[in-house]
Amino acid sequence: MGRPVRFNINPQKTAIKDAIGFADMPEGFEGEGFYATKFEKVIGLARKNSIWPLPFATSCCGIEFMATMGSHYDLARFGSERLGFTPRQCDLLMVMGTIAKKMAPIVKQVYLQMAEPRWVLAMGACASSGGIFDSYSVLQGIDQIIPVDVYIPGCPPRPEGVLDGILRIQDLVHNESLRRRNSEHYKALLGSYNIQ
Amino acid sequence: MSDLMFPNIKLPEGSLEKQTTTLNLGPTHPATHGVFQNILEMDGERVLSSEQTVGYIHRAFEKIAERRPFYQITTLTDRLNYCSAPINNLGWLMTCEKLFRIKIPKRVDYLRVIIMELARISDHLICNSIVGVDTGALSVFLYVMQYRELIYEIYEEVCGSRLTTNIGRIGGFERNFNAIAFEKLEKFLKEYPRVLKEFEALLQRNRIFMERTIGAGPISAERALNYGFTGPNLRAAGVDYDVRVHTPYSSYEDFDFIIPVGTTGDCYDRFLVRNQEMWQSLSIIEQAYKKVQEFKGAEADVYHADTPEFYLPPKQDVYTKMEELIWHFKIVMGESNIPVGEVYNCVEGANGELGFYLISDGGRTPYRLHFRRPCFIYYQAFNELTKGCMLSDAIVVLSSLNLIAGEMDA
Amino acid sequence: MALTLDIIQEKLLEKFGDQISFFIDPFGVLNFETPKEYNLKILQFLFDDETLRFRFLTDICAVHYPDEKGRELAIVYHLHNLVDNIRIRYKVFTAIETPDIYTATALYECANWMERETYDFFGVNFLGHPNLKRIQNVEEMDYFPMRKEYPMEDQTRTDKDDEMFGRGGTVIYNK
Repeated sequence: MGRPVRFNINPQKTAIKDAIGFADMPEGFEGEGFYATKFEKVIGLARKNSIWPLPFATSCCGIEFMATMGSHYDLARFGSERLGFTPRQCDLLMVMGTIAKKMAPIVKQVYLQMAEPRWVLAMGACASSGGIFDSYSVLQGIDQIIPVDVYIPGCPPRPEGVLDGILRIQDLVHNESLRRRNSEHYKALLGSYNIQ
Repeated sequence: MSDLMFPNIKLPEGSLEKQTTTLNLGPTHPATHGVFQNILEMDGERVLSSEQTVGYIHRAFEKIAERRPFYQITTLTDRLNYCSAPINNLGWLMTCEKLFRIKIPKRVDYLRVIIMELARISDHLICNSIVGVDTGALSVFLYVMQYRELIYEIYEEVCGSRLTTNIGRIGGFERNFNAIAFEKLEKFLKEYPRVLKEFEALLQRNRIFMERTIGAGPISAERALNYGFTGPNLRAAGVDYDVRVHTPYSSYEDFDFIIPVGTTGDCYDRFLVRNQEMWQSLSIIEQAYKKVQEFKGAEADVYHADTPEFYLPPKQDVYTKMEELIWHFKIVMGESNIPVGEVYNCVEGANGELGFYLISDGGRTPYRLHFRRPCFIYYQAFNELTKGCMLSDAIVVLSSLNLIAGEMDA
Repeated sequence: MALTLDIIQEKLLEKFGDQISFFIDPFGVLNFETPKEYNLKILQFLFDDETLRFRFLTDICAVHYPDEKGRELAIVYHLHNLVDNIRIRYKVFTAIETPDIYTATALYECANWMERETYDFFGVNFLGHPNLKRIQNVEEMDYFPMRKEYPMEDQTRTDKDDEMFGRGGTVIYNK
């Protein structure tokens, strides 16, 4: 049976070359004893491998996030070792779970308390679009109140899905221009959510 | 207030020390407790009174349930106490079976017991390790999450998903437990006792943990009953009420287990009761597994009751046989004969008596479905539990009550 | 002598006479109802009486029957005698124009939030409740959502319309 189950009855040892990953160097100009590249690239590389997430866990997706943080599907190996619970110190707001209309002002307030640059990850069907709860009390997706960068579908998404979402965030962080947060486009985006 | 604590110091009127501070233990919590709010009135470090606000994850389950046929409500019940979703699912299916007067074969009952006790273990593991996290012991949580992964893998073999399982059908299960599921169950039964012993050794007689939790948030048995406590919180207060023993369902009367009971109802007692319940659950799973293995031959293939009118047939039969196609169509389109009536059925969830009050008018969807949610009912007692205690005790009480926001707000 | 449903019925009839109507449902649970003014007297009697001992309130909920004029809202109390292991169901009915019921919070602390939830969903006004305000929904909500006349979905949405909800629109299905 080739299913990727952990408690495999007949485990096989993996070859050492499968267990090593390589990171790519950014493009730059090389010389004897120095390497010059764009500031943006270095900052992007540093930022992406040290994201401090804020787990805004409301319901079932929160438990699946706890499983992702556990030692089996370790999130810490991607640099997100330190979870902050205060928005003042965090880069990535991970909204996990259903957001009811009663909770919406709180999500907005937490988002406003975060400092730039900040990214938002909507985990699960409920945070992305209201999920299976098409009722009067559930906000149909957090993108009604805050701008979202990555959506992870699933109910709840498997931990591998969460890791994929975090890797997409890391791509966004890596490739982001240093001027983006001051640009007209970004200001217009925040303006459409009534955020100054 | 401060006058009582420092009787020799005369404080002027209006001084800062005579006023209380309001602290908002807001809807967002560290350590992912769930969304509920406590507004505490504090005198320095002591909590004088607290006011609770819930409803931050109110998803209107009861309203949605009035628009969903019976099989679609199972997905709603998953999201009640999402740490032990199979118990909610099977409790709902048992309510439907009670209304439809379906008799369940013994093998199905024993398989259900295995799944429900695994769910109970997984919920108590989360609760107790979060109590550990709140007192500062973060590593215990990580040790224990590994074994929750094994429980998730057992669910995956039966129903396909880890957390929101949607397990079971009216009358039984959707597929028989295959050999891999039983191998994983054996692995769990072999390895888990050692882990639970390690968990206990790390926390149970740990000086710091004991000093943090003993005396935090005690409640007497009479007050607990008046507040409607059920489950481990009530048993920690001294009352041995367990739905599995009082009104046995799913053949629990065939199993031999004890109900652990505490004395003072404080956090330490709740922790101990949950630990002991995990040992009892392990023993029940072993007994159930032995009983399941005793079924031989044709009986070993029984995984659902013979009720074609309510049991969704397996897909390979729907695509090849005529009868199953017709039954499948009738069930999905709502042509089955749903009896009229009302029934209240309860199961022993990980938090207490989880009740389903179902009123059916013969239509495809229930007329009214009300969930008796234990978390919602006992959270009211938080005010009384934390009167006069320190702020750090209030946090430990909050996590030891095992408040699951999904169940509280429904 | 073990408590049976007959003894409960007898004692209640003895005390309250013809104000009660009983029936035993097919699942073996005794259901009874009285006019709504008697609800506290009944609950107190069931609590205090030494043979009846119904001292655990399992649940309070309400049901809306829009077709029964004068008795639209049913408030259902589930009580449990833990010692003899007997459950009963007690209903009171009230008209929707004057949904006033006496509160049980003096007797059972757990009734506090259960009644707030019933108020929030159905608009049942519990007289004497210490803190009757909305518990699950936002405080500014001005209607009682679980009543049958209100739909499940959010009516202020602009991206989904009647057709997507399966109600009329441009496509008509023959019933």
